[in-house]
Amino acid sequence: MPPIIEAEHLVKKFDTITAVKDVSFQVGRGEIFGFLGPNGAGKTTTINILCTLIRPTSGQASVCGYDVVKEQNRVRRCIALVFQEPSLDERMTALDNLKFHAYVYNLPQKLARERIEEVLRMVELWERRDSLVRTFSGGMKRRLELARGLLHHPQVLFLDEPTLGLDPQTRVRMWEYIHQLRREKEITVFLTTHYMDEAENADCIAIIDNGIIVALDTPEALKSKVSGDLIYLETEKDEAVVEELATKFGIQALKDGNGLRFEVPQGNAFIPQLVSHLSIPIRSLSLRRPTLEDVFIKLTGKELREEELSGAEALRDWARRYGRRQRHG
Amino acid sequence: MGLKLFGIGHAAMDGDKDMAELKGIYILWYRELLRLRRDRPRLIASLGTPILYLIVFGFGLSRLMGTLAPGLNFTQFLFPGLLGMTVLMAALMSGMSVVWEREMGFLKEVLVAPLSRRAMVFGKAFGGATLAMLQGLILLVLAPLLGISLSLTSLLWLLPFLLLIAFALSSLGVLIASRTYTMEGFQVVLNLVLLPLIFLSGIFFPLTGLPGWLDVIVKINPITYGVEAIRHLILGPVVPSVAWFGRPVTLIEDTLVIVALAVIVTGLAIWSLSRQE
Repeated sequence: MPPIIEAEHLVKKFDTITAVKDVSFQVGRGEIFGFLGPNGAGKTTTINILCTLIRPTSGQASVCGYDVVKEQNRVRRCIALVFQEPSLDERMTALDNLKFHAYVYNLPQKLARERIEEVLRMVELWERRDSLVRTFSGGMKRRLELARGLLHHPQVLFLDEPTLGLDPQTRVRMWEYIHQLRREKEITVFLTTHYMDEAENADCIAIIDNGIIVALDTPEALKSKVSGDLIYLETEKDEAVVEELATKFGIQALKDGNGLRFEVPQGNAFIPQLVSHLSIPIRSLSLRRPTLEDVFIKLTGKELREEELSGAEALRDWARRYGRRQRHG
Repeated sequence: MGLKLFGIGHAAMDGDKDMAELKGIYILWYRELLRLRRDRPRLIASLGTPILYLIVFGFGLSRLMGTLAPGLNFTQFLFPGLLGMTVLMAALMSGMSVVWEREMGFLKEVLVAPLSRRAMVFGKAFGGATLAMLQGLILLVLAPLLGISLSLTSLLWLLPFLLLIAFALSSLGVLIASRTYTMEGFQVVLNLVLLPLIFLSGIFFPLTGLPGWLDVIVKINPITYGVEAIRHLILGPVVPSVAWFGRPVTLIEDTLVIVALAVIVTGLAIWSLSRQE
């Protein structure tokens, strides 16, 4: 089966910055594809290209078999978007927002009525259908947007940070909806996220940094790329242990907090050897399987969930947002 | 046979596409009309300006001006111009909803919808034009109070003309909005455009015997022709028209100027909104 999303050598230059340098990937039908990257890495720009909101400077992309530049209306008809910033008309009721959408996507009236009820019940907003969106909480708005996006039965759902700023319960609910959709409608989900535990839901993950894809694989395969298991050790004399690890096992251990950290291929097999061969008493010992967070840090040198941006990054982020606003709001 | 079937299928699909476009235009138009429910106080308040002008300039100045033509005082002269001004201002202001929707985020919903930018501009501009025309109609009720009698025929011509000029200026509003990203910015550009269009158009003074440079500016301003046509339709040919090369401009030529304005501005608005980087 041909891939439902295909990007080939996408490049996007803004006035002074190249937001996307050379991005290629494929997404299979029914997959959940996770797009991870630090702020300003080019995630939103890539999504905007795939959604026909901006044109690539060079390269090609197709969604549902249609070219994102030449066949924009066909692409638009088969996709849905939930952005991090709301795109609802807050002065209208939930129902009116959905009716507007149904009209714009040219759904027959009877079908529209049925589907509006279906999606509103799914996101548990049917009872609130006549309330103005202005009165909704952040989570309710996001759910309403998801419902609206599903109205025209899209084949691909783009979710740009779908759970950013939502409380944990709502995040869990959002994910239940997403899995339900995939089961029932075979919908393909393309998402960007900051949350590592969410990225674990993806079938395939692309890590993007500075406009380039630095890794593209399943979460499991990515994790095994970080060589092996992490062992964290606290002892009476760290310096001596570092030396002993180097001579006896050929391991380079790093100082980390109050203890030492190092990687071994098979953690559970290594621990008994370590305990019996180390001459210095061990105070505590822990073993950790690598997480996507480790993969991410290893590949990009950055934490994924940087709450505070450094000065330069904040500036770049601002330039990007401001530039985007200037161009197409 | 197969080819023929294919042809029919194709035609049906195209028809469906046109239908979708029309539906898109309709729903965008309808959305603009919803403002009538929401912003009613504001829409009514916007009638304050022309009425104030009518009182200040009309009743205040008409004693100085005397009669402009037999049976025509300055207030009566001013009235059609102020009607045009009301429609013009309301139509231009309607572009603000685009800026507002961009700030709210809703514009994205429209931009990623399977609608052509053409449908988007037409829907918005017709919506804005309808509202602007309604405001003009409310003002028209004042005509008998000023001693202006309107015949049914002149009304029948006046309404489509008002709609035309409102459409042209709503498109201009959308064009401005497509390039401005804050409400403040829109206001600034609007004033920059609006004031010269209004004050250099013959709303406030007859266009005969102007100094040469002013005469040129007035003739370049397309609104001049709009105002002139409205005045002609309401009062009849009592005031001499602008002259092109010594020959008075006809009503049809006035209309053609506004049609040309509408075509150019609408085209630019569509181009501006479809320009993607």
